[in-house]
Amino acid sequence: MQTHPKKRLELIIEAPALNRLLDILDKQEVSGYTVMPVLAGRGRQGRWSRDGLVGMAGQMLMVVCVTSDHRVPALLEAVSKFLARQIGIVAISDVEVIRTEHF
Amino acid sequence: MSPIDLALANILSPMVLFFALGLAAALARSDLTVPEQVAKFLALYLMMSIGFKGGVEVAKTGLTARMVWVMVAGGALSLFIPVLAYGILRRISKLSAIDSAAIAAHYGSISVVTFVAGTQAVAALGLPYEGYMVALAAVMETPAIVSALLLAHRGAVRDGADVSSQESTSALMKEIALNASVVILVGSFIIGWITGPSGLARIAPFIVDPFFGILCLFLLDMGLVAGRGMREGLKHLSWPVLAFGFVMPLISAVIATVVAWPLGLSLGGTALFITLAASASYIAVPAAMRLALPEARPSIYLTLSLGVTFPFNLTIGIPLYLALAALVAAR
Repeated sequence: MQTHPKKRLELIIEAPALNRLLDILDKQEVSGYTVMPVLAGRGRQGRWSRDGLVGMAGQMLMVVCVTSDHRVPALLEAVSKFLARQIGIVAISDVEVIRTEHF
Repeated sequence: MSPIDLALANILSPMVLFFALGLAAALARSDLTVPEQVAKFLALYLMMSIGFKGGVEVAKTGLTARMVWVMVAGGALSLFIPVLAYGILRRISKLSAIDSAAIAAHYGSISVVTFVAGTQAVAALGLPYEGYMVALAAVMETPAIVSALLLAHRGAVRDGADVSSQESTSALMKEIALNASVVILVGSFIIGWITGPSGLARIAPFIVDPFFGILCLFLLDMGLVAGRGMREGLKHLSWPVLAFGFVMPLISAVIATVVAWPLGLSLGGTALFITLAASASYIAVPAAMRLALPEARPSIYLTLSLGVTFPFNLTIGIPLYLALAALVAAR
């Protein structure tokens, strides 16, 4: 089966920042994304967990999107400008997709 | 009833004892938990019930000029308390301008759960209160954010720090004004106002009868949350900052008592007015601070409002505020 090379962006961000990040992805005309809750982890400021949090502050989420190569530079610039002061991890990897017209 | 009798009656009430059970269980590292979605349901139920009942009371009395003055006074307090809290923190602690401003925002805003607990303490004494106090809770939620952001910018410029943000204050305020607890509280208040006592009679078996039991279960969860916050967060607080968590609600309460004096509220209403001013946010404001002042440390502001001030208000604060209210409330 023929596959097509794309880029996969994985962003781990704080829950209160989600809507703003999704607005950026929409503006950059990313064709789709998936938001997932994450349970616990450890970062530069130590361990954190979703358990026992009463509001959105402290909760983390993961946003995954797959997009074409040519969109990546502008997308990364907008995302890194937004995340400059926020807690967040941005990772990019090469992936293969089956239906290129979806991205 | 003397203030000591009030305090004892409050501390030995089922709601405070369930809160204490949750607190003790979390501190002892018990595996007792309330599932996240259940806790959300309990919170929604409580806001709906308290909002609806407040609206029904307003339907009985109608709109009054006093109601407008109470809203103006509450909004002004929410704007002013952060200025005072910020000044105190800058003098007594080594916290940065940004941390101090973020904490100040929490103390200017309000805790709806403390308010709900206050309504039950007032009801337990058979004291009526003005139904529009529910609307006051919503009014007092956001102005503190504006004060705190102005203070943070001023202080940061003086400290040479950069807090230039892409966040617009109006967008943040809109987000807080539309947060779930405000929407359900104000929405239910309006529905209660429209439908009046006959509407209440139709849904009383759902929103009146189980209220106190559900509040106890919710406070058990809040005890667990506060206990976990204390266990993990207290190490981040210096002694002056810890003391601030106990003293600031008292300072706010005294100011609110003076402000409440000319308003002519009932004893129950005055106690709730003071309780709102003395409470500190731990749901809406922390989320706003993560966006507007992400350099501020949640380990400090969240521990202080949730792990120190909330338990203090629930156990000792509310009876004290009732005693203060008795000094100035309309007879």
